[in-house]
Amino acid sequence: MDVFQKLEILTAAAKYDVACTSSGVDKQASAGGIGSAASEGICHSFAADGRCISLLKVLMTNVCAYDCKYCVNRCSNDTPRTMFAPRQLAELTINFYRRNYIEGLFLSSAVLQSPDYTSEQMLEVLRILRDEYGFAGYIHAKIIPGTDRDLVAGIGMLADRISVNIELPSQDSLRMLAPDKSKQAILMPMDYINKRIVETKAERKSRHAPKFAPAGQSTQIIIGASPETDYRILNLTEKLYQKYKLKRVFFSAYIPVVENSLLPAVGSKPPLLRENRLYQADWLIRFYGYTADELLDENNQSFNPYLDPKCNWAINHMELFPVDVNRAPYNHLLRVPGIGVRSAKRILTARRSAKLGFEGLKKLGVVLKRAKHFITCSGKSMDGLKNSTDAVLQALMSKKALRMYYEDFPVQQAAEQLSLFDEPLYLREEVQKCLSGQM
Amino acid sequence: MPERSNVIYHYDGSFDGLLCCVFECYAKNEIPLEILSPEIARTTLFSGKEIITDPHKARRVLVSIPKRMGHDALNFVRNAYLTCLAQKELYILRFLRLGYRHGPSVMEMLTDEVVNTLFKAVNHLKKESHLLKGFLRFSVFENVLLGQIEPKNQVLPLLAKHFCQRYREERFFIYDKTHSMALVYKPYQFSIIRMESLLLSEADEEEKFFRELWRLFYDTIEVEGRHNPRCRMSHMPKRYWKHMTEFGDPDSRDGTKDFSSKKLKFRGSI
Repeated sequence: MDVFQKLEILTAAAKYDVACTSSGVDKQASAGGIGSAASEGICHSFAADGRCISLLKVLMTNVCAYDCKYCVNRCSNDTPRTMFAPRQLAELTINFYRRNYIEGLFLSSAVLQSPDYTSEQMLEVLRILRDEYGFAGYIHAKIIPGTDRDLVAGIGMLADRISVNIELPSQDSLRMLAPDKSKQAILMPMDYINKRIVETKAERKSRHAPKFAPAGQSTQIIIGASPETDYRILNLTEKLYQKYKLKRVFFSAYIPVVENSLLPAVGSKPPLLRENRLYQADWLIRFYGYTADELLDENNQSFNPYLDPKCNWAINHMELFPVDVNRAPYNHLLRVPGIGVRSAKRILTARRSAKLGFEGLKKLGVVLKRAKHFITCSGKSMDGLKNSTDAVLQALMSKKALRMYYEDFPVQQAAEQLSLFDEPLYLREEVQKCLSGQM
Repeated sequence: MPERSNVIYHYDGSFDGLLCCVFECYAKNEIPLEILSPEIARTTLFSGKEIITDPHKARRVLVSIPKRMGHDALNFVRNAYLTCLAQKELYILRFLRLGYRHGPSVMEMLTDEVVNTLFKAVNHLKKESHLLKGFLRFSVFENVLLGQIEPKNQVLPLLAKHFCQRYREERFFIYDKTHSMALVYKPYQFSIIRMESLLLSEADEEEKFFRELWRLFYDTIEVEGRHNPRCRMSHMPKRYWKHMTEFGDPDSRDGTKDFSSKKLKFRGSI
């Protein structure tokens, strides 16, 4: 089989893994070597699905001993199988890297023979890249559940980021859909990796000593293949950040690739909105100081389809607003819809030298359309501000959400379509109450 | 504060030349109506005052900036000089005047019209340079890496460190078509030179082989069920596509032709 066919098969088999960041570590090659990494990460292209291409994302092999129901590579699937020779893949990586196509390699694999055998092959690719080419570019390697600890340790010393995929967010779903994997087999290496990262950090005597997975570890959860609610997934995510100090949890909307009575039918749409909401909430947990329990709870287990989690939280906590932009601390500013990390930091800087007004906020990148309902400038609200539930909801919903809202709760007369929110419609009022948590 | 006068400064387009304009403005206690570089001056009929670049004067201004308003402000002004902002010279002059008056806190005056405009321009420069760290493509010609870009801002000085570290043992060459400049590197030194044009010879077999492999990877990695061309375009504006291996090269793929026919269709439907 020629390299074109191999690349096509092993790329197609790897593309459902969503993690493709190259962030978290700064470094450069030593004499004779090639490559560097930037902590902010660099995207080299964007595929037609809008996702960033940063790394050469391929499988070592798609030959698999396992039979996970949701997976294209499961052994019961009739599909062409192949494998990269370690040196072949290393050379391909270097040649792409020299031309600045990629930031490095993302290496995952199906399970050939056993987790250990597969990991040995992957380790060999990493060794050739690091030792023979002096490659200092980014490497993200997957740890296959069940791999021997020494091999995990070896991979961790060569890769920048390593990840163990959880895939299914509960033990029950794993048992049903991935009978060859268990919760224990996934969480154990995660725990081990976390400990190694902490230990090697403490043991390092010099600045130049090699680090264990310097860009940390991440994982991926598949959304929509199994029945877990947003609340359960978000709680799991939060625990993973806390317990295993993960750098990222990635969510992947499940795209049905196989007919199976246990799974959504082939052709049904992937739950992209759910995935998007989870990422929004994940962002709020990592950068905005929210906890999972603030965003969802036992009684509200699913995200609001019309409002993003931050807006949803805000309209359910109107008693905490407005905050004054000239006085409020950073963590309060962050809770205002329309103010993000960047604009909150700019506000802190700018208000040291001058009092801020609404015009100034606009210059700092604050989205006043949303923020105006939640802030004052030195005690004053924006001129002509209407704070009715109507006006607030309309300001907070995206155009797309408004359209969806309209389709879901249609009005009977054509004339009313033009003034969607002006007509006091009985039905819509009820929806508003739902949205703002009054019911 | 001096009145805005009717005088127009002509300078040689260099950073030192611009600093001499600042010197002149303080020496004559006047604020010029315009500060024009040779490229802009050519297209206008205004006559004005020729500001001669005097290294001694430039140095005096250069030294005064970090002293009076901090190193951040100097870095900021150096970057501002590289942006594509219209009338950047005048904005830089007005920024420095603010800086001499207010000191380091000029960097906090984000809502001031001058400071804000320059900050946005510098952010644009930084963003473009960050994108090009990823979007730039090299071709290998006789073991030299050659790349071409068409940025709006002068990004080469910002790209230099990144690429020199990354390809430390290579020889490479990045041509900025917009500004007719090139970044040239061989181990372990680089320079940025003026260059009017760049002619590329035909790619050899090995180069074509890897281009094809890259295109194959690019096309295969898309998840069809999530097709979203608008999202791609917002992350990677079309003006960058021209020099990217995965789209360019009309010889082996009809990328460019395809775009134009789509555009026509789009126009037709309006």
